[in-house]
Amino acid sequence: MISISHVSKSYGSFQVLKDCNAEVARGEVVVICGPSGSGKSTLIKTVNGLESIDAGEIKVGDFLLAPRVTHMAALRRSVGMVFQSFELFPHLSVLSNVTIAQTKVLKRPKAVAEEKARALLARVGLSAHIAKYPAQLSGGQQQRVAIARALALDPEVMLFDEPTSALDPEMVNEVLDVMTSLAKQGMTMICVTHEMGFARNVANRVLFMDGGEIVETAGAAKFFNAPASERAKAFLARILKH
Amino acid sequence: MSLLFETTPDGVGRYIDWIWSGLAWTLSLASGAWIIALVVGTLVGVARTLPGGIWPRLGRVYVETFRNIPLLVQMFFWYFVLPEILPARLGLAIKQMDPPWSGFVPALVCLGLVTAARIAEQVRAGVQALPTGQRAAASALGFGRGGMYRLILLPQAFRIILPTLTNEFMTIFKNTSVALTIGLVELTATAREINENTFRTFEAYGVVTLVYLVIALLAWSLMYWIERSVQLPSLVSGSARK
Repeated sequence: MISISHVSKSYGSFQVLKDCNAEVARGEVVVICGPSGSGKSTLIKTVNGLESIDAGEIKVGDFLLAPRVTHMAALRRSVGMVFQSFELFPHLSVLSNVTIAQTKVLKRPKAVAEEKARALLARVGLSAHIAKYPAQLSGGQQQRVAIARALALDPEVMLFDEPTSALDPEMVNEVLDVMTSLAKQGMTMICVTHEMGFARNVANRVLFMDGGEIVETAGAAKFFNAPASERAKAFLARILKH
Repeated sequence: MSLLFETTPDGVGRYIDWIWSGLAWTLSLASGAWIIALVVGTLVGVARTLPGGIWPRLGRVYVETFRNIPLLVQMFFWYFVLPEILPARLGLAIKQMDPPWSGFVPALVCLGLVTAARIAEQVRAGVQALPTGQRAAASALGFGRGGMYRLILLPQAFRIILPTLTNEFMTIFKNTSVALTIGLVELTATAREINENTFRTFEAYGVVTLVYLVIALLAWSLMYWIERSVQLPSLVSGSARK
C-alpha cells in the first residue's frame, strides 16, 4: 500500500531524514516512535506531501511521490491526516468542518455530505455537538471531530501525527478508542505516538526512529519484549521507567 | 442654521441642496473607493503571504509605492500627470471628460488604490496571525491554494482584522475631502463654495463638520454591527467588545 524508499530530507545543513525505507501493507497499523527530534513527524508528513523530500520516492497506492512533484490532489484524497493540535477550522461549526472538504474538494452534494458527516460524528460519539463551534468542545472532542473530518473523504490511509500529545490525560483514551476501532475495521494507519500501550496492543509493527534514521522495524510484541538495537533498548528503558 | 434654507445665488435652489449634492458625491466616492480597496487590498494582501516566487515581491512593491506617497500627490498624479504619459488619444479622452466625472474618476481610482495598500497590510497581518497548522490541515484535506484562502484562511483573517478595517472605513470618508483639489465638489468643497458666496464661515463649515460626524458614526455603527454578527466563540481576538 505504502512504500517509502531511500527518502532523505535536509533543512539547510541539518539532515532530518536519512535514507529512510519502510513498507506498510493494506490494513496494517504501524506506529512510529522515537525520541524528540528524531524525524518522526517529518517522515509521516512526507507521506501526504506536507513535507517535500530531497531524495528517494514514496509510493502510496498508485501515486508516486518524488522530489519536485507538486500536484498532489489525488494523493491527498486517498490519505487522511490528524494533527497534534487538531487544526479544526474555528470559523466553522462541527458539522461544516466535516462537510466542507466533501462539498468543496470532492464536489459531493450538500445533502450527501451532511449525511456522511452525521454518520461519522455519531461513530466518534459526537452526535450531540454537531452545531457547536470547535472552541466550545474539549480537546478530546475536537480531536475526534478532526478524525471524522479526515474520514469523510474516504481515505485509504490515515496518518496520525501525535494525536494525543496535546490532550489532558483523561481525554487520551477517548481518542485512542476511536483509533483502535478504526484499526479493527481494517484501516491502514501510520501513527506517530508516545502511547506505548496503544503501540503494543493495536499496532502490527513499530518503526523506531532516532537521529533521522529508521533504526529498527519490528512486530509490536517483539519490539517491546526484545528490541534488537541498543538505541531502541535505551529509548524503551527511558520511557517505560515509571 | 438659517443659512441652509436661503436661496442660492443662481436662484435654482437652497444651500441645503448644495449640501445634499456634496454629500452624495462624498458618499459615492467613499463607497466606490472602498469596494476597489477591499478587492485590490485582499488580492495584494494574499500575494504578500504566498510562500515564494514573484508575487510576494510585487505585493511589497505595490504596498510601499502607494502608502509612501502623500495622498494629495497621488491625487495630482492621477488627475494631471497620468493623461500626459498615456498614449495621446487616451490621454485626450481622459482630459475631455466632463465634470464632475473628470474629478470623480481619478479620485475614485486614487483613493481606492491608496486604501488598498493599507488594507493589504492588514490582510497580510491577519493571515500571518493564523496558526500554520491551518494551512497544513487545509492542504491535507485536498484544498488547492484558491480554496484554502477563500474558505479557510481569509474568513478567519477578516474576523481578526475587522477592528482595523473599521478604522480604514471611517478614514476613507474623511480622505474624500482631498478630491476637492482636483475639482470634485464634494462635501468640503461645498462648504467652501457656500462660504465664498455668503461669507458665513462658521455656519458653512459647522454644518459640514456635523455631517462628517454623522457619517463617521453611521460608518462605525455599520462596522460594529458586522463585527457583532460574524463574531465567533472561537476567534475571541476578532470579536467586538463593548
